[in-house]
Amino acid sequence: MIEVLRAGFLTSVQDLGRHGLRHVGVGTSGAMDPLALSIVNLMVGNPVDAAGLEATLGNIAIRFGRDVDLAIGGADAEATLDGRRLPNWWCCRAKAGQVLRMGAPRRGVRSYVALRGGIDVPVVMGSRATDLKGGFGGHEGRALRTGDSLPVGEAHPLPGNGRGYGLSTYRLDPHAELRADVPVIHVLAAAQWEELGRSAQATFLEATWTVSAQSNRLGCRLEGPAMRPERHREMLSHGILPGVVQLPPSGQPMVQLCDGNTSGGYPVIARVVRADLHLFAQLRPGTGIRFALCDAVTAGELWARRQRMIETIERQCRFAHGAIHPKHEAVP
Amino acid sequence: MGMNRRSRRRTATGQPRFSMQGEDAILCTADPDGRLDIEVQRRVWATCRVIAAWNEVLEVVPGMNNLLAIFRTPIADFRAVRARMLDAWRAAPADPTDGRLVEIDVVYGGPAGEDLPFVARATGLGVDAYVALHARAEYVVYALGSQPGFAYLGGLDPRLAVPRRETPRPRIERGSVIVGGNQTGVLARTTPSGWHVIGRTELECFDPGREPPVLLTPGDRVRFRAREILA
Repeated sequence: MIEVLRAGFLTSVQDLGRHGLRHVGVGTSGAMDPLALSIVNLMVGNPVDAAGLEATLGNIAIRFGRDVDLAIGGADAEATLDGRRLPNWWCCRAKAGQVLRMGAPRRGVRSYVALRGGIDVPVVMGSRATDLKGGFGGHEGRALRTGDSLPVGEAHPLPGNGRGYGLSTYRLDPHAELRADVPVIHVLAAAQWEELGRSAQATFLEATWTVSAQSNRLGCRLEGPAMRPERHREMLSHGILPGVVQLPPSGQPMVQLCDGNTSGGYPVIARVVRADLHLFAQLRPGTGIRFALCDAVTAGELWARRQRMIETIERQCRFAHGAIHPKHEAVP
Repeated sequence: MGMNRRSRRRTATGQPRFSMQGEDAILCTADPDGRLDIEVQRRVWATCRVIAAWNEVLEVVPGMNNLLAIFRTPIADFRAVRARMLDAWRAAPADPTDGRLVEIDVVYGGPAGEDLPFVARATGLGVDAYVALHARAEYVVYALGSQPGFAYLGGLDPRLAVPRRETPRPRIERGSVIVGGNQTGVLARTTPSGWHVIGRTELECFDPGREPPVLLTPGDRVRFRAREILA
């Protein structure tokens, strides 16, 4: 068990989401930064899709009811374990009674905590992710509150003394793209791209778009020069997916994210490539971004690069699990 | 009428439009003019069933005269998949069977249907006539979406249409029977909404612990029964 001493602004139980249920109106939910959650899961020897905690702008405190291996990553929220500062992307063992605290991240938005064995809330419709809008999944279908207790799955502790290890982001930074002054997000053209016309297309690709303060898990609203499509069509509602870039009548684009609706009627001009979608989890209001149009081949290469990054990290984690205590093989 | 029918038939069998929605999804739209057609929708349902059975497909989401096919992995050859989807569309029999008839008991008006007096006045029908027309029609579930278990219904009497509220209400309770533009439906979850609230039902449209979790599925027919009208 773990006990939530301070729940923060918006902390929820998330895994890699609920898939294949959009036809009944059930969206993906899941970690906004699936790459970060996957990495912290690998660090504690979990499957990538185990359920962990997603904290928004940090400010949480958790007490452990028993010894458990933990890993933290995502936005660096200056975590401490019983007052001892932990680096970001760090894995170590918490003793029963110890308290993990997170402060406010100076960069990025969402921090992740993985516990070995995973947060063992019931599986609802195939996933442990919290559907905050639908009010189900995760812990009682809602964001965590101070005083909540969460079960942790049974698992052998990682071999070794539990002092821990970290991942260096010097060469492998899951958020390297965000180091740029104006991060670039790759998109593929979608149904209404052509109907935008040259001028609005150019505006979309050349402008620096500012992340609005109204952005959340549902979507990222962007502010910039108003885009005026050449043609405007009344659309009947159709299925949409996370990453879809819609253009409402306001002329300000909107990117659908994990908790977005399963269907919509606004024109869909583009979709963010899979490899870049997690970056939206870490964009603060006021951040400027740009869009770059790419083709399916480039999208595939970006995804392959990301898969290679995960594989490399997985190897490093296995090595760390083994190297901590050479007599043990890394626990699968 | 003859013209109407001919053009409708052309839409139903004509070539739909295919477009990529990112690396792993294809949207197939059969509504070039944005008109809603039940014959087209029957073909949408039938095509969904065929495509959903393909191994490489994660799921197919029917929309309003359109469908979104989501694949398990990125689509390597869009043209080839499009051709296969078009074959499925053409071969799909326009499903002639009617779904189940689901009757939904509604308490119209009162605190849980606070906009009923407004819509009755706005349409010039008066409360009793508005309720009678709303409850008399048989609606068809076109698709589910927007929120878990929310059914897009076709068949609202055009006389009952009212523009949506200029400012959405921040919180409308689940079970609310709502009207917005030329659409009506039952809210499956408590959410903000810009539609008008005209009544309330006790029926649960969505229950994640139930199998199936949704009360209504595409093709079902819906009839509202006025259990009570509160002034």
